[in-house]
Amino acid sequence: MATATHQLDALIAQEYKHGFVTDLETDTIPRGLNEDVIRLISAKKNEPEFMLEWRLAAYRHWLTMIEPNWAHVHYPPIDYQEISYYSAPKSNKDGPKSLDEVDPELLRTYEKLGIPLKEREMLAGVVAVDAVFDSVSVGTTFKKKLGEMGIIFCSFSEAVQEHPGLVRQYLGSVVPSGDNFYAALNSAVFSDGSFVYIPKGVRCPMELSTYFRINAQNTGQFERTLIIADEGAYVSYLEGCTAPMRDENQLHAAVVELIALDNARIKYSTVQNWYPGDKEGRGGIYNFVTKRGDCRGANSHISWTQVETGSAITWKYPSVLLKGDNSVGEFYSVALTNNRQQADTGTKMIHIGKNTRSTIVSKGISAGRGQNAYRGLVKVLKSADRARNYTQCDSLLLGDRCGAHTFPYIEVKNPTAKVEHEATTSRIGEDQMFYCLQRGISAEDAVSMIVNGFCKEVFKELPMEFAVEAQKLLGVSLEGSVG
Amino acid sequence: MLKVTNLQAKIDGKEILRGVDLEVRAGEVHAIMGPNGSGKSTLAQVLAGRENYEVTGGTVEYDGSDLLELAPEERARAGLFLAFQYPVEIPGVSNVYLLKAALNAVRKHRGEPELDAMDFLTLVKDKLKLVEISQEFLYRAVNEGFSGGEKKRNEILQMAVLEPRLAILDETDSGLDIDALKIVANGVNSLRSPDRAIIMVTHYQRLLDYIVPDFVHVLSDGRIVKSGGRELALELEERGYSWLEGDAQPAAQSGARAGAGS
Ligand SMILES: Nc1ncnc2c1ncn2[C@@H]1O[C@H](COP(=O)(O)OP(=O)(O)OP(=O)(O)O)[C@@H](O)[C@H]1O
Ligand SMILES: [Mg+2]
Repeated sequence: MATATHQLDALIAQEYKHGFVTDLETDTIPRGLNEDVIRLISAKKNEPEFMLEWRLAAYRHWLTMIEPNWAHVHYPPIDYQEISYYSAPKSNKDGPKSLDEVDPELLRTYEKLGIPLKEREMLAGVVAVDAVFDSVSVGTTFKKKLGEMGIIFCSFSEAVQEHPGLVRQYLGSVVPSGDNFYAALNSAVFSDGSFVYIPKGVRCPMELSTYFRINAQNTGQFERTLIIADEGAYVSYLEGCTAPMRDENQLHAAVVELIALDNARIKYSTVQNWYPGDKEGRGGIYNFVTKRGDCRGANSHISWTQVETGSAITWKYPSVLLKGDNSVGEFYSVALTNNRQQADTGTKMIHIGKNTRSTIVSKGISAGRGQNAYRGLVKVLKSADRARNYTQCDSLLLGDRCGAHTFPYIEVKNPTAKVEHEATTSRIGEDQMFYCLQRGISAEDAVSMIVNGFCKEVFKELPMEFAVEAQKLLGVSLEGSVG
Repeated sequence: MLKVTNLQAKIDGKEILRGVDLEVRAGEVHAIMGPNGSGKSTLAQVLAGRENYEVTGGTVEYDGSDLLELAPEERARAGLFLAFQYPVEIPGVSNVYLLKAALNAVRKHRGEPELDAMDFLTLVKDKLKLVEISQEFLYRAVNEGFSGGEKKRNEILQMAVLEPRLAILDETDSGLDIDALKIVANGVNSLRSPDRAIIMVTHYQRLLDYIVPDFVHVLSDGRIVKSGGRELALELEERGYSWLEGDAQPAAQSGARAGAGS
């Protein structure tokens, strides 16, 4: 399959398309971390006392912790004193009141990335955009319409100012500040993020969306997202990111907390396309994220859907705590690693309530020298009568220098539980490629088609427009447009 | 249309084709028969451009150009179609999606506008009738979970949609029940036209009752050892292949030349 292989290799070797740097002047705190830096961050954000105390407690805890090294990833040690812990676009010091006040250069950058804010705004109420550039939110739309329904969708900083009660009640209630090394660091220094509250019985009428980007050199990114769906509420939240090309590795340690009360449902979808580094793996993003959902109420439902194609290193396990009786947790994931990318991702489903159900569908694609590991934990506690889990874990290999690894952990303490696990590993077959070529389809389209077919079960869980974006990310033309 | 001269090919260092000569002109139907392992599928795959096979000698002219120079997808777009002996499964990719991508790739190559979803569906539904496949098959993943016979019929559906100039059918009749055989034969016959040609690889002369060939060739040990008309197939049915062994002639000689005229 010499030709097919070459074409495959050429495709795999394609350079990252979104690599460029915007030269916005940034307002950056000197590198390094100590209590004064944390006080400075808190002061810059004009935070109430409880926030500062919370940050400091997290910092003190972090100092006692050791960086985890159990994941199937390798990278040089990170010098946490070399990182600058706060940066905001300079032209934006007082915060823009509308898109018109946003630095035009920034808007152009978004446009280059194919995120036309203005167009989206015009998309007549389809998506509300809370775009985050570096650490500070620069544009929020549709707030008014949402506000009329009692929905709060704003930057985290704004929530701290406007809704301190809610923040205080729920912050850290799913991911405690000392949960893990990166979560503790995030809790100490997080700069901004998104906050969503959907009141009782309200169905959020639009997909809420945040586009993250990383831009300032050497600036660690510490986003914090908190989403609360009150009793009977529903919300679908989209998170998407791309990043510019650069030389030095960047740390990203976000925390996302989801809380679903009785009969509430949260659907959280991510398309992640941060700079993966060059062919040798230089300059890519380190993505160490803690994402956890809490099905706190009875009959609540949380689903994570993610398409991960970027970052040099990904360390990420969106999890669900199934506390409420009859609650449901889902995890649908596509993770693609290429060149020297490493991904260690998976999920944890912790069954606590009775009749709780969870579904895990993980699709790992490895190409080039990419290393892809699935790590999943299904834990059924004594209390979780009749808990059920179904796990399906498929790996697809392109070429013969990449790897796929599966680490399923299952702990069952209740005899009435049912846990099923299926796993497969396959290669894009030369015979599949030849079959497509023989029908006149180009190698590029054939690879897309086959990979896309492999991911289908996950893509169909994504909101329509995100599914399109995800397929684009995998270099795919629209599957199923006819059928 | 197709002129194969002294074609030799290897796979994994093993010589399979040892000098095949074959000439196929527009409007003709050729049947290729021969014992298991004689190289029939190899010939089909080499003509379609499969890269695992190394062409070590000979030439192939297709419509006046050098076929061996073309990439597999270029050959397909130039109207060469192979119905596979073992069609592959492509999970998650719907039949209709593959068909549309294939047809549009071919149309684009011909300078014709790509078909949109509606026009395409209209066209496909027509072809479905021809091969008597239910519409439900369009939305199933390519060949996934298809029965042996269904896979073969699906190949004919693809052929009907793509309307190739030169169709090579590799044992499309194997595994078909009597009714399906008739349907497939129907599909093939409806494609017969003065500017198209068909090469059928088969083990059974029964197929030739339905699709009457102009020429029958016997491939044995990597060479065409005997060529004749329709009646050769009947003779083979009676006598098997053993009487032909030793008939293999050096490729350079014209005794095994196939087809009529040049
Ligand atoms: N990778 C390979 N390495 C070695 N020999 C091979 C390889 N692939 C095919 N062959 C051999 O090539 C020969 C020709 O195979 P081919 O599939 O062309 O036969 P065929 O005439 O189509 O047979 P059948 O009637 O059984 O379909 C066989 O002996 C087969 O074992
Ligand atoms: Mg064969």
